[in-house]
Amino acid sequence: MLQNLIDFFRPHVWPLLFALVIVAVVPLLAGYIVLLERKVMADMQARLGPMRVGPHGLLQPIADAVKLLLKEDIIPESADKWIFWLAPLLSVTTAMLAMAVIPFGPFFQIADLNIGILFLLGVGSLGVYGIVLGGWASNSHYSLMGALRSSAQLVSYETAAGMAVVSALMFGGALSTRALVEAQSQSHMWFIFLAPVGFFLYLVASIAETNRAPFDLPEAESELVAGYMTEYSGFRWALYFLAEYANMIVVSSIATVLFLGGWLRPFPNTRALDFLDYVPMLLMLLVGVYSLYRAPKQPVAVQKMFMVGVAGLCFLLAIVLALPVFAPAGSLLASMKPGLHGAFWFLAKVATYLYVFLWLRFTFPRYRFDQLMALGWHFLIPVSIANVLGVGIALYLHRSADDGGKGWPLAAALVLTTAITLLLAGWLAKKSDLRERVPAGERF
Amino acid sequence: MLDSIFFYFFAGLAVVSAILMVTRRNAVHSAIFLVTALLATAGIFLQLHAEFLFIVQVILYVGGIMVLFVFVIMLVNLDVAVRQMRFNRMWVVGLLLTLALGAQVYMVYRYVRMGDAPSLFNMAPAPAAQLEPNTQLIGQALFSDPYVLPFELASILLLVSMIGAVVMAKRKV
Repeated sequence: MLQNLIDFFRPHVWPLLFALVIVAVVPLLAGYIVLLERKVMADMQARLGPMRVGPHGLLQPIADAVKLLLKEDIIPESADKWIFWLAPLLSVTTAMLAMAVIPFGPFFQIADLNIGILFLLGVGSLGVYGIVLGGWASNSHYSLMGALRSSAQLVSYETAAGMAVVSALMFGGALSTRALVEAQSQSHMWFIFLAPVGFFLYLVASIAETNRAPFDLPEAESELVAGYMTEYSGFRWALYFLAEYANMIVVSSIATVLFLGGWLRPFPNTRALDFLDYVPMLLMLLVGVYSLYRAPKQPVAVQKMFMVGVAGLCFLLAIVLALPVFAPAGSLLASMKPGLHGAFWFLAKVATYLYVFLWLRFTFPRYRFDQLMALGWHFLIPVSIANVLGVGIALYLHRSADDGGKGWPLAAALVLTTAITLLLAGWLAKKSDLRERVPAGERF
Repeated sequence: MLDSIFFYFFAGLAVVSAILMVTRRNAVHSAIFLVTALLATAGIFLQLHAEFLFIVQVILYVGGIMVLFVFVIMLVNLDVAVRQMRFNRMWVVGLLLTLALGAQVYMVYRYVRMGDAPSLFNMAPAPAAQLEPNTQLIGQALFSDPYVLPFELASILLLVSMIGAVVMAKRKV
């Protein structure tokens, strides 16, 4: 019996371990993305941002988490207790579940499903229940309006996001996340260069799906207090926040896998550019040296120590990333290189995508709800359908060239269809004038 | 062993949540139990190694249609709905339909037990290897000879109903 159990669990040890690591690390990561967001915002607004807790506010996320955990947990008197309790859990669970199929490197993946991308889309579409039910269960007008806006927004933008994903899938010819990255390695080209329109559509739709500015109507402070989470406080509120940031990581990972080459180094097949392997190590060294340089300038002794600790961590990471590069070929250390460097490049791409999220938030003013709907239905969905058609026609022209030996190189076909799609997009943008005034009674 | 555990778990979950869905007074609770029932059905698909059907069930029914259901339910004044009588005058029709369905289930059960059933009821389970790669096989089946015409007809039907819905929504009532 015991032997049976051991045999049953043996192939699942590594996936279980990765799952534990992800469940442990993602909340921390979410906290630090919040800090990063505040720092980037402060930088763009010529301020300093959080500076008090730890050097440069580095311990702020931990202080925030402790505060949220210790806060009084309020359930409104007239709320639907059971659903009020269930909704934030649903949000977090679905966001975490999506992490299962994300390949953080060739080895760091919990499960390589052959429906990987569809799984990500499906689980992502479940996340809306957390928001909708939470807003309804609060029994408050602000919450209900926020929940309604959110579900309408998700349903509208999911179509565009799905179509954008399809345009990349057509080049990959597979649904598994791992197979998609390997296809990009074989075609010597990230899919963002093959389907640039698809990437742009996915960028817009993913911002809308995560309810981020400029599409953060469900939690528009000036209209709805905090939208669906108005009545939530303390730990439950923290769960919603965690879900939002985990979802940001998930959509960034989808974009990375589909369009940005996943864990692949830039130019993975070009021998002449192998010096790019030194970049992860040098980056870590640079951050470490800078932390050491800043350490003496901290006001308190503890903060000086902390900065030295940060530098030490960076040096450690640099050594870990450097060892496989300098190890002799064929040794155990050298064989760890794809895993370690893959994880570095994957996370670097995810971080870049997340930075674009933050950048857009502090750059664009919020949309009005009818503008949001018009943008989704009258612009994004037609353009995304045209994009799928265009990619299909380009691939068809390319394939038929293979058969007869005469005809279209892939690049020419793609340039032609992309140009036609862009022309259509321009025409649509001109036709659907988003600035049109809407009578107050007809607004959502 | 493990397969049957999963099957009975998902099947039991589907049946229990379907019953709860009908008996709850609160429409939102009913909707949640319907979602659970649909997810449990999806689980059965997964247990049968039909990954594509599993995810389509989740994306379309749970992630699409049920979200719209919940959306509409939230706009209804639930306090009024709770006070209304739950079983209306159509219960005779409902009972007849239930009896007919029950009789059909019993017939299938009897044919299978007797062994001389028509081949429809006696399909051998496909070995898991034949179902791989699931998505490609379903795509090839839908777009090749026996099914391509019904598939396209169904698509046109859906398109027509969609256009109809848009036209009706556009007309000012």
